[in-house]
Amino acid sequence: MNLNFEFFFNNLPELTITGLAFGAIYALIALGYTMVYGVLQLINFAHSEVFMYGTFAMLWTIMALGAADANGVHLVAILIAALFAAMAMSAVIALGLERIAYRPLIKRNAPRLIALISAIGASFVLAELMGLRDKISGWFGLDDDLSDYVQKAKINNSMAGVLEKPRFEIAGVSISSIDVIVIVSAVAMMVLLDQFVRRSRLGKGIRATAQDPETASLMGVNPTRTIQMTFLIGGLMAGVAAFLYMLKLDATNYQVGFLLGVKAFTAAVLGGIGNLRGALLGGLVLGVAENWGQAILGSEWRDVIAFVLLVLILLVRPTGLLGESLGKARA
Amino acid sequence: MKKLSALPKPAKILIWFLIALFAYALPLLELPILSTPDSDFASVLFTVSIYCLVALGLNIVVGYAGLLDLGYVGFYAIGAYTVAILTSFHGSWPLLLAIPVAVVVAMISGVILGAPTLRVRGDYLAIVTLGFGEIIRLVAVNTEWLGGNKGINNIGRPPNLGDEKTGLFEVPHLFWGDGTVLLDNKDTTKFLIFGYSDAVPYYWMGLTAVVLVLLADILIKNSRVGRAWEATREDEDAAELMGVPTFKFKLLAFSTGAFVGGLAGALFASRQSFINPQSFLLLFSILYLAAVVVGGQGNRWGVLLGAFLVAYLPERFRGFEDFRVLAFGLALVLLATLRPEGLLPPRRTVRAKQLEHELDELEEGAEPDHDGEETARA
Amino acid sequence: MPDLTKQEPAAAAPVAPRGGTVLEVRNVTLKFGGLTALDDVSFEIAEGEILGLIGPNGAGKTTCFNAVTGVYRPTSGDILFEGASIIGLKKHKITQKGIARTFQNIRLFPTMTALENVLVGTDAQHTTGMLSALFRLPRHRREEEQGHARAMELLRFMGIHRKADELAANLSYGDQRRLEIARAMATGPKLICLDEPAAGFNPAEKVELMNLIRKVRDQGYTVLLIEHDMKLVMGVTDRIVVLEFGRKIAEGAPAEIRDNPAVIAAYLGVDEEDAS
Repeated sequence: MNLNFEFFFNNLPELTITGLAFGAIYALIALGYTMVYGVLQLINFAHSEVFMYGTFAMLWTIMALGAADANGVHLVAILIAALFAAMAMSAVIALGLERIAYRPLIKRNAPRLIALISAIGASFVLAELMGLRDKISGWFGLDDDLSDYVQKAKINNSMAGVLEKPRFEIAGVSISSIDVIVIVSAVAMMVLLDQFVRRSRLGKGIRATAQDPETASLMGVNPTRTIQMTFLIGGLMAGVAAFLYMLKLDATNYQVGFLLGVKAFTAAVLGGIGNLRGALLGGLVLGVAENWGQAILGSEWRDVIAFVLLVLILLVRPTGLLGESLGKARA
Repeated sequence: MKKLSALPKPAKILIWFLIALFAYALPLLELPILSTPDSDFASVLFTVSIYCLVALGLNIVVGYAGLLDLGYVGFYAIGAYTVAILTSFHGSWPLLLAIPVAVVVAMISGVILGAPTLRVRGDYLAIVTLGFGEIIRLVAVNTEWLGGNKGINNIGRPPNLGDEKTGLFEVPHLFWGDGTVLLDNKDTTKFLIFGYSDAVPYYWMGLTAVVLVLLADILIKNSRVGRAWEATREDEDAAELMGVPTFKFKLLAFSTGAFVGGLAGALFASRQSFINPQSFLLLFSILYLAAVVVGGQGNRWGVLLGAFLVAYLPERFRGFEDFRVLAFGLALVLLATLRPEGLLPPRRTVRAKQLEHELDELEEGAEPDHDGEETARA
Repeated sequence: MPDLTKQEPAAAAPVAPRGGTVLEVRNVTLKFGGLTALDDVSFEIAEGEILGLIGPNGAGKTTCFNAVTGVYRPTSGDILFEGASIIGLKKHKITQKGIARTFQNIRLFPTMTALENVLVGTDAQHTTGMLSALFRLPRHRREEEQGHARAMELLRFMGIHRKADELAANLSYGDQRRLEIARAMATGPKLICLDEPAAGFNPAEKVELMNLIRKVRDQGYTVLLIEHDMKLVMGVTDRIVVLEFGRKIAEGAPAEIRDNPAVIAAYLGVDEEDAS
């Protein structure tokens, strides 16, 4: 293993910004994990697939609306449509998950391990349905009509070349405009969400349920609705993450969710699970650490860094960087 | 089960002996309903035996002690890699010497991982172990000393008994014709030659390991150690206040699990003769966990059934290969929803359910009259 | 009636002479952040005594239990068990030394049988490890036999031996309370701390429990009792310590406590119905 410090120090600003961009995406996905965990103490293993479906919704919208030939206002309009499509798709999947894979278990007060197994099962089903979409549409004789969308079911589906990604320089540092868009919009979403959970009635309901479900329901908070809202918000944020991810990396496939999901969960734990601001911090720290680490150690160690960081943080500070709490009360 | 436990002891021993005999003879019988048309039946059975071993080990961690381990494949990998390194890549140890070392290395790694992490909360343990499993694999991928992505081949095989050509004796397989069953003298298994093509001796080796681990499981579970594990799972604080050193017992469960996982990995490596990091994907940790939960965590027979199903069904139905994972995922969701305690829940859970049922039916009536001493077990 | 003084070797001979001090709580203060749960509390329990710990809700009774059994560490002060400080010891060590407890809200091991619950208690004095169990070494056999006999004896003592093989979760509420006491006794303690054992009992059951607590004491155990029911406390205890807002406001024989104006003002006044 060679340590390449020279490269690292020469490119520190660029490495940091790219790292922050990845971190912002982790953070948006991490929100889904952290909120569901805060309210249900459940690791929503299938949240990674919520994200994955969002990336395909984005990709297909771009293809359907012909973004390759568009530019200017037209292109912006298509991108906004793609953003909404991704958010809608992810939200629908998240709500479906809650309805089918979790609610029956929550109703029966099943052990958490069982809910996790159900989540793992749902995750397999969702990923495989996407991976087998060519075969499934074939059963209905739709594979010809949908050929652009269902072909290459098992490999990377790319939208490279649709977007120009201009770079600009500030003080000699070359910055990708996409990175800036990703970071700014992700952080803006997080701030909005944080304010929403803090101030709105629904947000208060979520926090109350996270702290004490029984008392919350006695006080008139509808637990089922609150849980639905939690999944919905997590899904919407995963949709935004999917959109930004596609802007940045252009390609997706049916298994893209898994590793990203694990890392996003790592980010959530890193920041302190159940804690919204922790998710943001955890995501950013993870993204930057990963990018720095791979610059020094080589890209093949990228994924190891994430896990080593997680293990270390948990050993030093078991409740994560900012501590656990969705409502601030469970410090 | 009820009837079985009521039998006198010699009859019980006889029945268990027959069951074991059947298990050992399974690959020779080539039963048409069980056989796997698209892959070598004995190889499939060997895989099943390895899954059984893994499931028994993981059941100690998850089922008995209640510790959620999502990176169990890491210990499996440590066992496999230790054997690979010692017998082939960096040494030429005999396998029988390498296996104990592999098992001890796995156990030590269990202690090293467990000592700091078993103090943190249960859900975090899941994630730390998940990370651990991935780290082990990624380190193997990226380290030339461990063979990198290419992996390691020529891993040592178990020693042969008897002459290489014939073994001590040859055991014929059965041949099922149309309505007739014949001894097939052309298709024989040499006792006991660990070669390339015939997987039957490896299956016997795997099955023997399963039987030994199963016995150890029964002995340990039915002792202070087993009770301490269960008490810790049920209520850690209360267990501690009843004098159970819970941390010590959690660590013991974790390292015992690692021990069994390492053993499974070592046997796997010696059968495959070749390993690479692809054999130790995170997916396997999840499959192992699924085997434990599907079968009924906490019940050793349940997890054996689960292991059998998880390892065997995909091989039996290779024709539907594309839809294997999909069906598996659906099965997990359905199982969690419809039968959350697994296919074969611990007998006590069954009893509790029955009692609940009886009470519901009877509202009031004579309570089931057990005599304490008669039903009490040693 | 079974002879319950026949204990296992580790817990057999009492170290302190009869009448000596078993537990001494010395100026214990316990703070949670800004909240003072126990404020300079001191009391002693003599061997073979039944000491009642009473006070209005939130007075710090259970906190006091938790300090004694090692769940909380006092901010200051000392707790001596048979003359040696137990501050900072691990919870299971304190239990092994000879302090056992029950819980206000029952905390059995629900999916283990009644017998197994008690066996976990007897294991507190056992040392069988993995290897002994695996090879069925003599120590394992001996400890299993002794533990089993003792556990059945205790179940019989509590009158629930017929339910030995039933899951703890399936026992009736009263039997669960009895099982908790049996499990605590099984750990081979000198001091048993009972946290509101009569909660949820009807008057007949309370009388039965009173007799039982006396029987437990007659077996040679020292009892520390938290209880709300004044009739029960007055009837069964030798001495009473009264807490209010974390402070000790009175201590003495039941008759003295009954007439103590501070206690009447603080406690009996509030809970008049219970007291009468």
